[in-house]
Amino acid sequence: MSDIENKSQAAQEFLKGLWKENPVFISVLGMCPALAVTNTAINSLAMGLATTFVLLCSSILVSLLKSIIPKQVRITAYIIIIATFVTVVDFSLAAFLPAIHKELGAFIALIVVNCLILGRQEAFASKNSVGLSILDALGMSVGFTFAMLCIGMPREILGSGSLFNIPLFGESFEPWVVMILPPGGFFMLGFLLLGFNWYAQRKKERELTKQTQKV
Amino acid sequence: MSEGEENITPEIVEEKEPSSLKLILALGIAGLISGIILVGTYIYTDPLIKANKAAATQSAIFKVLEGCESFTTLVLENDKLVEKIVDPNKEEKNDKDELIIYAGYNANKELIGFAIPGSEPGFQDIIGTIFGYDGTKKVIIGFEVLESKETPGLGDKIFKDADFQTNFAALAIEPEIIPVKKGEKQNPNEVETIAGATISSKAVVRLLNKTMAVWQKTIDDYIKENDLTVAEKQ
Repeated sequence: MSDIENKSQAAQEFLKGLWKENPVFISVLGMCPALAVTNTAINSLAMGLATTFVLLCSSILVSLLKSIIPKQVRITAYIIIIATFVTVVDFSLAAFLPAIHKELGAFIALIVVNCLILGRQEAFASKNSVGLSILDALGMSVGFTFAMLCIGMPREILGSGSLFNIPLFGESFEPWVVMILPPGGFFMLGFLLLGFNWYAQRKKERELTKQTQKV
Repeated sequence: MSEGEENITPEIVEEKEPSSLKLILALGIAGLISGIILVGTYIYTDPLIKANKAAATQSAIFKVLEGCESFTTLVLENDKLVEKIVDPNKEEKNDKDELIIYAGYNANKELIGFAIPGSEPGFQDIIGTIFGYDGTKKVIIGFEVLESKETPGLGDKIFKDADFQTNFAALAIEPEIIPVKKGEKQNPNEVETIAGATISSKAVVRLLNKTMAVWQKTIDDYIKENDLTVAEKQ
């Protein structure tokens, strides 16, 4: 019985990040990268993966060290851990994927202050076992990467007429330049947030009517 | 009420218990571990990062000097160009003050021209470029943007627009480079600007004029001194 319970809890910790507590669409965290680097699908994916790596490694370490780190200096300790992994990502990208490193520029270093990562350490990894922390970090990361792609892909399609650098339309396509400029990020994010909230509200209303019908 | 207060107070005292020493120690150890990880990563990735940068510079030089097969690095020392021997395995950190240009040679070891790095503030941020210069004819023969944050779709045409690039096939630098509107180019020293990206185009012209003002005399002296002739394009 407890085994099944554990499994369902584990599954829930992973799944909540994808939809119910999606970091971008529901918690509205990590807005800086979600707006700034989503002008192409590749940049969105790269930022999502870089954030995944940092979040996963930090969660594992924070969860392992949670009994050693004194409460008074925990935020400082988290930041040191996060900053270390961010710098590792920064160097590795510069060494192996210089083109993407150039595109993402300062936003790699800014992963340190992505509230999504610090938030998960404070809210989850510092209170739960390593296994659950890994699942939580993975779920949140997949949710974040998914959200980045949701913003990035339409922006690239409309703004450059391509997807993952592959041209989609013929020569005659006039790109909506505004979509790859900063305002395009706000348009797309606003549009998606509207969609998510509309869906959530409709679901709620349906459940309410169902309940009242039953009564 | 007073009971509640009594309950809270011991907790607060308990939380304050760890001594400053313990806190300092905890953060010190965290810093130490983090430092070790970072040094390890740096040692491993640094040569790769440097190799990437060198490869980027090299491919840019080959692009702006058509037919270039090899190049030497020249450093400005006491107003004179001196060849700098660069060991690819042991590249030193470039001093920011050190002014460098590259002399490109074709397969027959004849001088094709000079690749000159230059930068200038554009519409959003510094535009970093490298351009090819034929010292005998005094024309610019190639232009490549290395770094730019110009507006996508507008300012970035300075390196994406093929028409704009044709400006730099043989652009005379004397008396000075002048920006003109598209379709109005009449003299070899004029650059047709891009509609919608005037600021970026003019920044490029400013960049070329400024950089050439720094280098022209030095390059002339260097060519005279070494009795170099620039190879004819085949």
